[in-house]
Amino acid sequence: MYHSAVYNEPLLKELVGIKKESISPINSIPKNLQKTKIDDIPNLDETQVIRHFHHLSQMNYGVDSGIYPLGSCTMKYNPRLCEQIASWDKFSNTHPFQDYSTAQGNLQIMFELERMLCEITGMDFFCLQPAAGAHGEFLGLLLTRAYHDYNKDYERNEVILPDTSHGTNPASVSMAGYKTIEIPSTNEGTVDLDVLEKTLSNKTACFMLTNPNTLGIFESEILKISKLVHKAGSLLYYDGANMNAIMGKVRPGDMGFDIVHLNLHKTFSTPHGGGGPGSGPVGVNIKLEKFLPIPRIAKTKDCTFVLDYDAPDSIGKIKGFYGNFSVLLKAYVYILMMGYDGLREVSETAVLNSNYMKKKILDKKRYEMPYANLRKHEFVLSCEKLKQIKDVRAMDVAKRLLDYGFHPPTVYFPLIVKEALMIEPTESESKDDLNRYINALIKIADENPETLKNAPNNCPVMRVDDVGATKNPILTWNMV
Amino acid sequence: MKFIPNSEIKNEMLKELNLKNINDLFSDIPKEIKINELDIPKGLSQQETEKKLQKIASKNKSYNDMLTFLGGGIKPHYIPAIVKSITSRSEFFTSYTPYQPEASQGFLQAMFEYQSMIAQLTGMDVSNCSLYDGVTAISEAALMCSRITKRNTFVMPHNISWDKKCVLKNYAKGPGLKIKEVPYDDKTGKINFKELKKAVDFDVAGVYIENPNFFGIFEDDVEEINKICKDAGALFVAGVDPISLGIIRSPGEYDADIVIGEGRCLGNPMDYGGSSLGIFSCKKDFIRQMPGRIIGLTKDAAGKRAFCMAFQTREQHIRRARATSNICTNEGLCALAASVYLSWLGGNGLSKLAKTNFEKGRLLAEKLTSINGFKLRFTGSFFNEFVVKCPIDVNNLNKRLLLENIHCGFALNENYPELKDCMLLGVTEIHSDDDINHFVSILREVL
Repeated sequence: MYHSAVYNEPLLKELVGIKKESISPINSIPKNLQKTKIDDIPNLDETQVIRHFHHLSQMNYGVDSGIYPLGSCTMKYNPRLCEQIASWDKFSNTHPFQDYSTAQGNLQIMFELERMLCEITGMDFFCLQPAAGAHGEFLGLLLTRAYHDYNKDYERNEVILPDTSHGTNPASVSMAGYKTIEIPSTNEGTVDLDVLEKTLSNKTACFMLTNPNTLGIFESEILKISKLVHKAGSLLYYDGANMNAIMGKVRPGDMGFDIVHLNLHKTFSTPHGGGGPGSGPVGVNIKLEKFLPIPRIAKTKDCTFVLDYDAPDSIGKIKGFYGNFSVLLKAYVYILMMGYDGLREVSETAVLNSNYMKKKILDKKRYEMPYANLRKHEFVLSCEKLKQIKDVRAMDVAKRLLDYGFHPPTVYFPLIVKEALMIEPTESESKDDLNRYINALIKIADENPETLKNAPNNCPVMRVDDVGATKNPILTWNMV
Repeated sequence: MKFIPNSEIKNEMLKELNLKNINDLFSDIPKEIKINELDIPKGLSQQETEKKLQKIASKNKSYNDMLTFLGGGIKPHYIPAIVKSITSRSEFFTSYTPYQPEASQGFLQAMFEYQSMIAQLTGMDVSNCSLYDGVTAISEAALMCSRITKRNTFVMPHNISWDKKCVLKNYAKGPGLKIKEVPYDDKTGKINFKELKKAVDFDVAGVYIENPNFFGIFEDDVEEINKICKDAGALFVAGVDPISLGIIRSPGEYDADIVIGEGRCLGNPMDYGGSSLGIFSCKKDFIRQMPGRIIGLTKDAAGKRAFCMAFQTREQHIRRARATSNICTNEGLCALAASVYLSWLGGNGLSKLAKTNFEKGRLLAEKLTSINGFKLRFTGSFFNEFVVKCPIDVNNLNKRLLLENIHCGFALNENYPELKDCMLLGVTEIHSDDDINHFVSILREVL
């Protein structure tokens, strides 16, 4: 059976280094700013530092370690060529203020990436500035406000979203100064058109939707939804977290969405890096173009790329410089490698893998799946039956999966499914790996409940007390 | 097909699902909007891709191709090889946010150590494990001040970067936060103390002071600034260049309440401005109002030391519309790089590095002002960036130096019309004395 490497790795501060030096005063620094003693950052040799972090890395699970089917996170393989190219001197060591003539490569990449993202999503224009999906949502809502303000439509202060929406959606709505109106889904797990119609009003600024939604179900009534939303004078926002299900099959722009954000660190294979850096570009249709952040990447008549700051109606900026360029570059390389044929195959296979897993698991009748049958790239199981029969929770199943050497699915989300396990295998997994995961899930359901409750046992630590971490907070080594 | 292991067995798998065609899986998409093609090129092989990118890359010049003295808050720094060696460990870079702590102890401990070192450097009790960048960090700090004090005005210097102003304006829209700007002192380049005093009244939630400021100048009246804030019941937000903290006192020592900064310089390349690393630390009273992820030390079921995310109830995935921020994905790997970089330097190394940066700044300024017509614009003491008044039009000067393969300074005329003949120059440990001498001799020739 699987076993993670286990080191009782000391904190950096507990490693024995050389002594702290005393500081020699620098007289030309204003006296009351002069430092009097050196900081308590350990003084170690490079050999100690590398071994420390090497040990830590071996107590961490990544996509390279194995399947990582976190629903709505699209944990796919990160091609190494993208990493290698992004680290080239000619890209990584460029300064954002250097003269355009010496950064034509960077600008060309951003310009072409914008065009490719437009084509993939069916939008007219893109902005590459946001650093993450939630940052893109925030920008989308700022654009929404700019649009309504421009039309002197000042009364719109509500944003509607379904109860299956990602947590970032309502959080972004609040940050943008809007009020969240959450509407319940139908018994099929999709948007309730009647409820939506009743909720829409001249106060609605925007309706935010993920399609396929977080249950993995495609909102087939999307054209009706779009009609209703626009009839009410509202904008329609596409949360692109689930874009991996539909590339080359259908486009948000054609569905009627006005604003789209993508997660390059999901759909376009750039690594999650343990929580970033990411990139959440935002696409819009023509009616929102003039509000997009500056600078815009432009191509002059003589085919020179420049940064264009001349946009009087622009909302300004939402991040320093031009976005997370290194992430943009990796996504650009990925799209070049995949091409239209590859991207379509990505979505086809991601959906196939998901439906394959879904069927094989449901056939064994250990877990249930509320709501309609066909799924896109992800599906949500319920452990409610296990809970009732054996008092086993979704979290117990998740922790036990770790003992088998697999990363668990997203748990307890979306909120409308009891004891939810949200599984997104992505296109990166082989059938063999999918089968191993399926078998583990089935086997776990039949195991002794105590085994599950005591899991994990094969990780560097046993189950972690996260309540204690907040109750008695120790947040730095000085608090230990 | 690339990176899709089941590509060749799709039909076999479809059969097991009692389906005939892959399109059966997409039968829920309305016919009228289904597409079959995307108008982007067919996929390239890895070899072809690399070749194409080499061609594109050749249109760029890196700082290794071209000496650069551009200031403006981002400068090249030396990155020891160990940083990339660690951040390239795929257990780290291919992992997700550590929602499952038992499988993420390595990254969690590294982030706990990052928080510890940032708290130490900034003199704060706690740090989060990153925001997007130093620019958005100011905005998040402003919102946090408003939440804590229940007040609605944020005060900042007139001389912060244009990016920061623009971004803050957008973050301020939601809660309707008012922004007041305080002018700089025309002589020293420091904040205009009198005007600051006037601006900070009882409606002010927080005051942002950058140290060194956008002109590179140290704000040394920090005790007095702190007093102005505290007297008005406003929070003191300090912005730092983390490297400068090797030689100057931490904001905690002058009682700042929140410290933010751009941490890219700690082991991360310039990357044309991104990735970046938003440093965010504060006093422990304010933890529950802090944005972003926080890692805590706790125990596992057997009582062994373990790490996990703490205070998650502040965050969007739990608190949804009432979260302290919408941030989810942050800049984890850049924080890891910073952690490796700082542990490689150690406290001793950081102090030396800061001193080198400071001395290079003085050396460049000295050599530059020995040329007829170049003058330091301000009298205030500076770190490794400074404003210099030029004898000729700055844009022309920049263009002329471009022909000599040098990026000179960041022109200030666009955002500061009163500084139309001034530029902001930056220098770091990366510039050798020869580089500086070469630059100055070219300048002499050009004039």
